[in-house]
Amino acid sequence: MAEFDTPTLKPYPEIPSIEIGSMAHSQPYVAKQDIQQKIGFPGELIDDWEQVAIDKMGELVKGSRALRVFLDSCVKCGACTDKCHYYIGTSDPKNMPVARQDLFRSIYRRYYTLAGKYFPGLVGARDMDKGALDEWYSYFHQCSQCRRCSVYCPYGIDTAEISMAAREIMDVVGVGQKYCNEIIGKAQTIGNNLGLPEPALANTLEGLEEDIEDETGVTVRLPLDVKGADILLVTPSADFFAEPHVDGLIGYAKVFHQAGLTWTISSYASEAANFGLFIGSYENMQVLALRIREAALELGVKRIVFGECGHAWRVAYNFMNTLAGPFDFLDSNYPMPQHICEVTYDLLQRNALKMDPSANDDMVLTFHDSCNIARGSRMGDFEGGQFVIPREVIKASCNHFFDMPSDTVREATFCCGGGGGLLTDDLVELRVKGSLPRMEALQQVVDHHGVTHMAAICAICKSQFSKILPYYGFEMDQIVSIHQLVSNAIQLGGEA
Amino acid sequence: MSLLTIFFTLLFYFATATIVIGLAYRIRLYASTPTPLRIPTTPAPISAGGVVRRMFFEVTLFNSLFKSNKWIWLFGWIFHAALLFVLLRHLRYFTDPVWSWVAFIQPLGAYAAFAMVAGLAGLWARRLLVDRVRYISSPSDHFMLALLFGIGLTGLGMKYVAHTDIVALKAFCLGLMYFDWQPMPDDLVLNLHLLLVALLMIVFPFSKLLHAPGVFFSPTRNQIDNPREKRHLPTATSSATKQAG
Ligand code: HEM
Ligand code: HEM
Ligand code: SF4
Ligand code: SF4
Repeated sequence: MAEFDTPTLKPYPEIPSIEIGSMAHSQPYVAKQDIQQKIGFPGELIDDWEQVAIDKMGELVKGSRALRVFLDSCVKCGACTDKCHYYIGTSDPKNMPVARQDLFRSIYRRYYTLAGKYFPGLVGARDMDKGALDEWYSYFHQCSQCRRCSVYCPYGIDTAEISMAAREIMDVVGVGQKYCNEIIGKAQTIGNNLGLPEPALANTLEGLEEDIEDETGVTVRLPLDVKGADILLVTPSADFFAEPHVDGLIGYAKVFHQAGLTWTISSYASEAANFGLFIGSYENMQVLALRIREAALELGVKRIVFGECGHAWRVAYNFMNTLAGPFDFLDSNYPMPQHICEVTYDLLQRNALKMDPSANDDMVLTFHDSCNIARGSRMGDFEGGQFVIPREVIKASCNHFFDMPSDTVREATFCCGGGGGLLTDDLVELRVKGSLPRMEALQQVVDHHGVTHMAAICAICKSQFSKILPYYGFEMDQIVSIHQLVSNAIQLGGEA
Repeated sequence: MSLLTIFFTLLFYFATATIVIGLAYRIRLYASTPTPLRIPTTPAPISAGGVVRRMFFEVTLFNSLFKSNKWIWLFGWIFHAALLFVLLRHLRYFTDPVWSWVAFIQPLGAYAAFAMVAGLAGLWARRLLVDRVRYISSPSDHFMLALLFGIGLTGLGMKYVAHTDIVALKAFCLGLMYFDWQPMPDDLVLNLHLLLVALLMIVFPFSKLLHAPGVFFSPTRNQIDNPREKRHLPTATSSATKQAG
């Protein structure tokens, strides 16, 4: 891996001048044969791949109004050019959303539009060849599918949709990304991204129960595969072991405990994350969604609740009903699915939780809106609930909270830099540079309000920040889970 | 009939057929292409009325663009608003008697032409001067601006420099509509104006000008945010509608 310099934090964000090709070298490891074949893709670049890629492109566009409209409509106005954190952090113009789309659009034009067939030079159309594929592999793995560009485009053109389509085409011709595809394989066979089998999971949960008892003197259960529980909790598997994720899981357990709700985790569907989204694969996404459905049926639960995970919530909230529904066997008095923050928020509204916010007085907090929650889903029953509800839960758990600058939060939030299937060590340079806008925003509230910690509700964000905070002179434990704050503040004991 | 008249008569029938059929084909394609999943960019309206409101402000005020970049918004919005006025003003060549509201906006329309050209100039300047926008421009993007600029300048030329025979032109236009062909005035600036207009009509359904119908079909903007309440189905016949499990 090439050496690189961590960008310096500036007091005011700047739009960099373009530096052509500055990130062309950034590519993740390619998936080996067995990984590819396990999830239904060819093991290596197939013969005649150009034609297969072109045909697949046609098929995808035919099946997606979004692609069709986005490919036709971009007027190259340039409004999105300074909106991507990867462009801001790397200055590579191919990381400008419109330029990233154009890697795809130029080939679409060449084969599927009149103008591109007869006047390729005029409209910037391009042949599908090795050079193009190489650029695709670089730059479609420099998009975290965060949708920030789509907020600012006058037509809502969502580069994430195009990245997903491009990754799917690459998979179909045999050039997959190791990190994502390996994980999808594990989740499909073992039930979670870590490949954690049932006994290991049971062990971990028992260990956590002991920890809670040691710390609070109260027995709080973390049940596994309990039939007849009311709630199936589906959470990212990082919650089972990684810091600060696991403190969040303890928080969920305490909330359920105090509210007197019966719940369970399923060892069959022990993963909320759904990496099928990142590679644009409807089929792979559906496999995991169906596992959750089957687990819910098998365990006979009444509700499904999702833990703190960004893209998982997008898939759950927006897609599950389509992919694996209808869910009419669940209790219709609760939304399907429900987010753990919604559960906690509702309980707080009803004064069903005993909170002592001063338990978190050693921290001054800010909140990082995760992209997929902010721009790809909702919480609660009102527009923008995904911004209000997590903040209300934080405020109920601590006394000191300050938001980052308004152009870096809510729907304008900047990606952590590691989303969309890029959370891998072979992309560290990209991840560090891509987090620049978020780090600058954090630095501002650190300077002005003495913020000490940033809370998040996404497993990827948490892992990414743990890794990159030190590059910018912060401490890795300055990132916390929201339910870690809840866990600290909630006063156990005395309930039934 | 002069060669000039025959040429323009045929050209305008061809151009009209191209834009009408081309757009109809494209719009049908957009409408019939499935939407596999629910993908509104949130926060999004949670009711149909909310979506109508969102789209209305996107189309009339370029809401997202306003949040995004004030300069592009300013030039772009001026250009489009002026273009709308210019086009409405042009209805007087195609209606007889001229509709009263078209007559009413005539004076305003005259200023609109200047605004349109100024807006275009601003957009073009950005395209040439801002390194990011220059990088993403291909020849066709300049061509499109040049075309509209040319139409605007020749139009202004007729209005303020070399007046044309409006009565004869109107006879030609009405003649086209009622298949009662009349001579095209032999006037270089007018002929150039009309040549460019015909070109614009012909490229419309094959170019980025498709953003005009496209904006209405963009799923990130026109979908309602209610996937938990209402199960989203791609289309009536798609395989994903099969009940799972
Ligand atoms: C529903 C109607 C329309 C809407 C909502 C719309 C919206 C927009 C928006 C938001 C932009 C980007 C910002 C800008 O550069 O102005 C744009 C660009 C553009 N529009 Fe439209 N438009 C519409 C109709 C048209 C029509 C009818 C034409 C031409 C005859 C047109 C020509 C253009 C051109 C040439 C550009 C690119 C300007 C550049 O090069 O920067 N638009 N449009
Ligand atoms: C068949 C269609 C068209 C015809 C017959 C036509 C004809 C004319 C004529 C005769 C004038 C001179 C007006 C005067 O002297 O008062 C004019 C002006 C103008 N035209 Fe057109 N034109 C057509 C289409 C267009 C289109 C599509 C555009 C814009 C994209 C346009 C833009 C202008 C402008 C900006 C002016 C100057 C200001 C004005 O008089 O409104 N024209 N046009
Ligand atoms: S903002 Fe939208 S229309 Fe403008 S250049 Fe970017 S993708 Fe294209
Ligand atoms: S989706 Fe996010 S990462 Fe991808 S191009 Fe848009 S802003 Fe950049």
